[in-house]
Amino acid sequence: MSTPILDILWIVPLLPLLGAATNGLFGKNWPNKIVNTVALSATGLSFLAALEAVREFFAGGQQLVHKEFFDWIVAGSFRAGFDLQMDQLTVIMVLVVTGVGFLIHIYSTGYMSHEGGYYRFFSYLNLFMFFMLILVLAANYVLLFVGWEGVGLASYLLIGFYFLKKSASDAGKKAFIVNRIGDFGFMLGMFLLFKTFGTLDFTQLFAKAAPWSHESWGVFGTFTVACLLLFTGACGKSAQLPLYVWLPDAMEGPTPVSALIHAATMVTAGVYVVARSHILFTHSDTALIVVGTVGCATAFFAATIGLVQTDIKKVLAYSTVSQLGYMFLGCGVGAFSAGIFHLMTHAFFKALLFLAAGSVIHAMGGEQNMLHMGGLSKKIKVTYWTMLIATLAIAGFPPLAGFFSKDAILGEAFQREGGWHSLYVVGLLTALLTSFYMFRLIFLTFHGKQRYDEHHVHVHESPWSMLGPLVILAVLSIIGGWLAAPSFWGGEDHFTAFLAPVFGASHAEGEAALSEAAAHSLELTLAVVAVVAALIGLLTAFWLYLKQPGKPAEIAKSLKPIYTTLYNKYYVDEAYGAAIVKPLLAISTNVLWKIIDVEAIDGTVNGIAHGATATGDVSRRTQSGNTRSYAVWVVVGALTILIIVFWPAIRALAGGAQ
Amino acid sequence: MVPTQYYLILSAVLFGLGAVAFVFKRNIITIFMSIELMLNAVNLAFVAFSQAFGKVHGQVFVLFVIVVAAAEAAVGLGIIILTQRNRQSLNIEKVNLLKL
Repeated sequence: MSTPILDILWIVPLLPLLGAATNGLFGKNWPNKIVNTVALSATGLSFLAALEAVREFFAGGQQLVHKEFFDWIVAGSFRAGFDLQMDQLTVIMVLVVTGVGFLIHIYSTGYMSHEGGYYRFFSYLNLFMFFMLILVLAANYVLLFVGWEGVGLASYLLIGFYFLKKSASDAGKKAFIVNRIGDFGFMLGMFLLFKTFGTLDFTQLFAKAAPWSHESWGVFGTFTVACLLLFTGACGKSAQLPLYVWLPDAMEGPTPVSALIHAATMVTAGVYVVARSHILFTHSDTALIVVGTVGCATAFFAATIGLVQTDIKKVLAYSTVSQLGYMFLGCGVGAFSAGIFHLMTHAFFKALLFLAAGSVIHAMGGEQNMLHMGGLSKKIKVTYWTMLIATLAIAGFPPLAGFFSKDAILGEAFQREGGWHSLYVVGLLTALLTSFYMFRLIFLTFHGKQRYDEHHVHVHESPWSMLGPLVILAVLSIIGGWLAAPSFWGGEDHFTAFLAPVFGASHAEGEAALSEAAAHSLELTLAVVAVVAALIGLLTAFWLYLKQPGKPAEIAKSLKPIYTTLYNKYYVDEAYGAAIVKPLLAISTNVLWKIIDVEAIDGTVNGIAHGATATGDVSRRTQSGNTRSYAVWVVVGALTILIIVFWPAIRALAGGAQ
Repeated sequence: MVPTQYYLILSAVLFGLGAVAFVFKRNIITIFMSIELMLNAVNLAFVAFSQAFGKVHGQVFVLFVIVVAAAEAAVGLGIIILTQRNRQSLNIEKVNLLKL
């Protein structure tokens, strides 16, 4: 290759855009095969280009690569260009996005083969890839925001993919609107950063910000406010309290979409932004504490809801919200690399869980309620085993990926001084709950008695286009964690070392200094505690759903208030409806619509129109159609002009006469 | 030599007569003639000024006006003939297709 890919880095996001345009514009009447070829080659080539770019990045000494391709907005001293950059953090994000994205594209060719709007689906999916790559490659906040909004758009389009179904189009709108609330904060944050530092370019901004003084807890300086505003955006996109409500509803979209957008990539954008802005966040204790607390609270909150859901995808959705909470907890304790590490492993096993769930749904002919499944393990073996691996990974059993990443976050939380121990305890409890609801899912779906009518449902294993990605992701879920195996395990934290050029000194800060031996034993203790928690969850699920199948219903009955509260998701949607949607609707209907719109705006417009009609009614009488009246007008006009022209002379005459 | 004001006064009187006839007459041919009268009143003023200032511009303008008047006469008479054929009348009040 003559040109290094790094010099034409734009090719990485451009390829999916071309795929999206080709399929979207011309794909309508194409057979599925051609649509597949276009979509898969666009993403596949993009993945290869990303790999090559990463290779060049390493060959070039791993310095931050910053490329300015063209100016986009230039106004005074402000410049927002189409600038892409590559550093270690970008490497991870780009490879996760293109790699997992490519696998999910392959899966989709199998999963969506019987659906209408096939070309539309792949066009949207490629469009999503384009915006997501812009998001992670962007070298300034403005371009990042383009990707940020773009993935929101793609998410909206794909959630509402079955737009004839009202619940699906409603869910799409909900996702879009809830995200808009967060984006508002994000934009305010950008404005504040620009006002303070005069630039939104990452390199320049962070260089200028670094020497600023630290803001301790309770101080609401520039950094605290800017970080909290950015975090509002992250809350929206990454489905954290209190803006998480859209993600469970987003499960209305096709399952590959849930896997790609609402588990592996887009929802992690918030974590990425926090990690990318780590220099800002580490300047403010308040912001970090808020991030950690919100993350931890969300992790626990969503996990409790996940305990009782019966829709297989809803369980996974709440699990995603919960895991994203972990990532924010990691960022909040200053362990950004641990957060990003969990982001990566989560992308593997959660994408796998969703794809496997899609395979189950496919096998069951569209059934999503776990209470109508059961005993599937013998019938769809590949799906079962891959899903079991993912479950073990998310529950945190060694030596799978989730164990290492979750352990890293919990360990960092434990070692932080101050009030972080309570967050550690909540995080540990959440790990227990995670293990419980995930094994509940496995036992309800794959074990026990079969609870469906065999005459109606013809259970069949999915085609290899779907199983292939499952297997690859399962392998990644197993080995992905070894990048950062803890030292007592004989491993080395390659991941943190790898990200050190990005996160640098901001990482070690605030950790209690421990001797190596003490650190080992502490890590070991924490790991054992985490595994025990996961085991308790597993055994409880085993006991409740396999040994005593009648027990869950009994417990639900005896703890009815708690159960119904959880089952109805703490009535958060209802509360939002009553507190925000209803008043807004009332104000919109009664004030904005009936008074402002109808009376003021329409009134003004119609009033002008009526005025014009009335004026016309009067003035059209001059156009009588009577030739002689026209003649009079001509004469009158001529006389008028004459008088105006000669007015000074007439006045002089009159004066002279006197 | 006749003073210029006399020509101008005559011109104004002729123009006024033309204008009044233009407004009050009903016969299209008469109206047409009053237009010609106004044009020629203006011609008279032009020539008078040309004489007074010793410049030739006014006379050149008169020639132009005569040419335009000739063309106008051709078109106008054509319209009048067609009006007569279509309505068997030259009364301007009858030419009122566009009337409200």
